[in-house]
Amino acid sequence: MSEASGQHPDTVRDAAGRRLVLNMGPQHPSTHGVLRLVLELDGETVVRAEPEIGFLHTGIEKECEQKLYHQVVTLTDRVDYLAPLSNNLCYCLAVEKLLGLEVPPLARWMRVMLTELTRLNSHLVWLGTHALDIGAMSVFLYCFREREDILRIFEMFSGQRMMTSYFRIGGLAVEPPRGWHRAVQNFIQAFPSRLDEYEELLTQNPIWLRRTKGIGYVSLEDLLDLGVTGPMLRAAGLAWDIRKAEPYSDYDKFDFDIPTRTESDVYARYQVRLEEMRQSARIVRQALEGMPSGPHVADAPGIVLPDREKMKTEMEALIYHFKIVTDGFPVPPGEVYQAIESPRGELAYYVVSDGGARPWRVYMRTPSFGNLQALPAMIEGGLIADVVAALGSMDFVLGDVDR
Amino acid sequence: MLAELSSSFPLIAELASWDPPALVEGKRDRGEVTLVVDPSRIVAVCRFLKERGFLRLSSITAVDWYPAEPRFEVVYHLHDIERNQRLRLKCRLGEGQSIESVTAVWRGADWYEREVWDLFGIRFENHPNLRRILLPEDWTDHPLRKDYPVHGRRYDYAQSEHP
Repeated sequence: MSEASGQHPDTVRDAAGRRLVLNMGPQHPSTHGVLRLVLELDGETVVRAEPEIGFLHTGIEKECEQKLYHQVVTLTDRVDYLAPLSNNLCYCLAVEKLLGLEVPPLARWMRVMLTELTRLNSHLVWLGTHALDIGAMSVFLYCFREREDILRIFEMFSGQRMMTSYFRIGGLAVEPPRGWHRAVQNFIQAFPSRLDEYEELLTQNPIWLRRTKGIGYVSLEDLLDLGVTGPMLRAAGLAWDIRKAEPYSDYDKFDFDIPTRTESDVYARYQVRLEEMRQSARIVRQALEGMPSGPHVADAPGIVLPDREKMKTEMEALIYHFKIVTDGFPVPPGEVYQAIESPRGELAYYVVSDGGARPWRVYMRTPSFGNLQALPAMIEGGLIADVVAALGSMDFVLGDVDR
Repeated sequence: MLAELSSSFPLIAELASWDPPALVEGKRDRGEVTLVVDPSRIVAVCRFLKERGFLRLSSITAVDWYPAEPRFEVVYHLHDIERNQRLRLKCRLGEGQSIESVTAVWRGADWYEREVWDLFGIRFENHPNLRRILLPEDWTDHPLRKDYPVHGRRYDYAQSEHP
């Protein structure tokens, strides 16, 4: 390993002169879950990378086939712990499309508001942990302070901080709680100034710039070919957002922009996600101002659980309640592929019905699975120290990958 | 139904005249277009569609219709970002039948095909690396098949090497 042998002195090789293979994970703090990376190194350069996944596989799609349609909602929470409401929404929209069920305006707007808060929640955890991986400890503490406020709002609505299950087939689980307007307003008024605080810590920080600019570049063609979606695609210059392209749940009534960058590096992804947070806050404010009134569930007896008070006075309500809980409801045969823009990209549920009360097949096209495939393209040829930065910029959730 | 689709979608008409036996049937249900494709022609059809705008493969999955025959449907979801269109392709496969891999068309098909192999046991010919992806390598069965019990197979301790 000297200059005389013709090798670069920094090259780490074993006795036989082969390249070093380094095992990263499955338990590694920067993999944000249980991901194993097999890295082949030439000195400090990553020559080949191979992600190994499946450590968190739970067979959740098989489980869905055993449940009644309305019971599946609670399973969808558990796919992605940072975006439970996005998964709830996507599944409910898919089943509602199969049923041909129209949801009342209040439920549609409430769904928009809460999924945007979910996006903020998810991006805050991403920003905090991403900065922590690169070495900026304080950002993490700030981000979790705001996330706590969002989780309190979720708890107010659904009684749960994370596994919310607040969206149900036909509307919302319960009507919005008293005082929700003030709680969301307090949060969303303060939030933009909090975002400025993060930007002050990072955007012009020379260490942050050195660690993120020009790192993890992949061209737009490669990203599309590899099936990447979401903020990573927008950081490569493609202004494609499913909320705009295929509006669902009244997103076409909201005014917001799709932030894009063209550099396609870790810093561009950081800028895109930060701008997305500002846009999400804008959507939440519009939802607060224009929130319609009216019922929170569709008028669909036999599908939507009846009101508790009615069950005490009306026999039909009692019968419907009993039937839905014990037998569920049949869904007309057919298949639906419903895609939404989750915080990580294209989230789609492919629900196949054979006409029974249990789904024949529920397939979850999760954004993390599609995005993680681009990891080798992103880190091969780069330095091993940049692997952590590139991993963080992808923002995947391993539960979402393995399902 | 295929003729009706061809009249409203010029691309499908073009595809149908380019290789008539490739398209078995087509339907439009709840605004979503599905084409059933002859499995032996899937790569050619995918390449044809990619050249005409379907740059993105959204996902590949499968559905098991056991005990019906042919029991499997391999389902491809394609997306054309520019024209904002989605298209579903389906190939029907019997037990033990395999299908050509589309990794040569979209590199992103790699993991999706591995997942379908892992969970359904459908082989993809000419796949560069067809290994299990979610389950351990020494797993013996394919759990998303309908004849696989939801609690898994009983582990036979009497037959085990390590009682």
